[in-house]
Amino acid sequence: MKSDFDVVVVGAGPGGIASAAVAAEAGSRVCLVDDNRYPGGQIWRGLHPDVPSKNPHGREFAKWMERLRRTPCTTLTGTQIIDHLAPNILRFERESKTFDLTYRKLILATGARERFLPFPGWTLPGVTGAGGLQALVKSGLEVRDKRVVVAGTGPLLLAIAAGLKAAGANILAIYEQAPLAQLIGFGFTLMSHPGKIVEGLGYAKKLLDIPYRTGRWVTSAEGSMQLNRVTFTDGRRQWSHDCDYLACGFHLVPNLELPMLFRCEVANGYVTTSELQQTSVPNVSCVGELTGIGGLEKALLEGEIAGWFAAGHEDKARRLTGQLRAFRNFALRLDQAFKLRTELRNLCQPETIVCRCEDVAFCKLQVCRSWREAKLHTRCGMGSCQGRICGPQTEFLFQWRCSSVRPPIYPARLSSVAEMPKSGQSETEEVAQV
Amino acid sequence: MDSNGFTIKVNGCEVQATAEMSVAAAIMTIGSPCRTSIHGEPRGPLCGMGICMECRATVNGQKHQRTCQLTCRPEMEVVTE
Repeated sequence: MKSDFDVVVVGAGPGGIASAAVAAEAGSRVCLVDDNRYPGGQIWRGLHPDVPSKNPHGREFAKWMERLRRTPCTTLTGTQIIDHLAPNILRFERESKTFDLTYRKLILATGARERFLPFPGWTLPGVTGAGGLQALVKSGLEVRDKRVVVAGTGPLLLAIAAGLKAAGANILAIYEQAPLAQLIGFGFTLMSHPGKIVEGLGYAKKLLDIPYRTGRWVTSAEGSMQLNRVTFTDGRRQWSHDCDYLACGFHLVPNLELPMLFRCEVANGYVTTSELQQTSVPNVSCVGELTGIGGLEKALLEGEIAGWFAAGHEDKARRLTGQLRAFRNFALRLDQAFKLRTELRNLCQPETIVCRCEDVAFCKLQVCRSWREAKLHTRCGMGSCQGRICGPQTEFLFQWRCSSVRPPIYPARLSSVAEMPKSGQSETEEVAQV
Repeated sequence: MDSNGFTIKVNGCEVQATAEMSVAAAIMTIGSPCRTSIHGEPRGPLCGMGICMECRATVNGQKHQRTCQLTCRPEMEVVTE
């Protein structure tokens, strides 16, 4: 395998797969890299492109994977990006081996993660992300007959509850923090939007017997070694459920670490891109959730645009941009509909842990004035997740800007950081292709 | 799509697994936390996608493995941290 490519795509979710397939079909030498064991990202997690699927997601995934495999694109999974060594050289780690790749065009498709908010008891085993529990179930966790409460905010709560129910879980309730009035505007957007995101409405049927309650949010979780009870409020009264899992996530935040490492311009929480998906940094494009949380179709379209453009076919890229505005508008309206209520800033007790890696309590952060000060004085954000979980929390709780990303952007072996860049042939020859 | 089961060991307990199952799911199956926080609290998986690092455990002698990103293999030995 060669270690120099025309196009390197980081992230093998829908946006990355579409980028890589289109650029490779257009004749570019493409390498697609992902941290996970299998391609598919979060939305296609657990689906098998080689097995016929009744699920529309499964069919779409299979279609794109077939397109990708017909090209000579090199796909490396289980591979973490460590650093940007010099213009056009990236360092990766895979199965404890380090290697470098060179590129002329870089497409970042690193997707999004859930936002978590701290509340008393949220660190207990059994309290997971909403998408977190879904991912664990897709990777084999048995939830049959387990009592689950789904809570937080965002359109994904419905899809997640439907998936957990299909896996046999006993869903006690779905609690959405956004007030109904705020969601009605979003409902109109759903109706007027031609895309598959309206699938959300389809879930309603499957979830008929599960209460979906808006304007309600978690206040605490209890248990000694494991969650056994969770308490909710609507701002006036409180009630509790005995349960095995609380699946709780507060919409999504983009994984901005890599775009920020490249110093791409970020505004209002997302990477700023042109309609051809170019960032403020030459030869670096971003697609999918990085430019606005808009779901599958937006990611695929942006991936196609970026793929054509990276392969030097600006005309073909431009032909697709007409559809983009509707998707980007939709992403903006999602953020407004699921805006976090201010009461969620007041859930923590003084001793509630905010930074889980370093066990930093809320009261230690209250006296800090900035993210930087908190890092220096409390080690908040200095642990192994490198602020990925507590960063978005403190942005919401204290309005801090969590902007410092430094390599290695994932925990890496010391030798991976210290070795000199390799040029030409490298250890990638030993790397098996998917 | 390997549905052939095998067992792995989690803290000495035998757990039925498949090659599709994540090690994190196997640990949760026996109701065990994955790791102990620096102040001694039990912690289990949160994000399920390799970001939060709460699912770290020792796998085949290698410490601090993100178990939600690792799939089970026959004769694997997992010890929570």
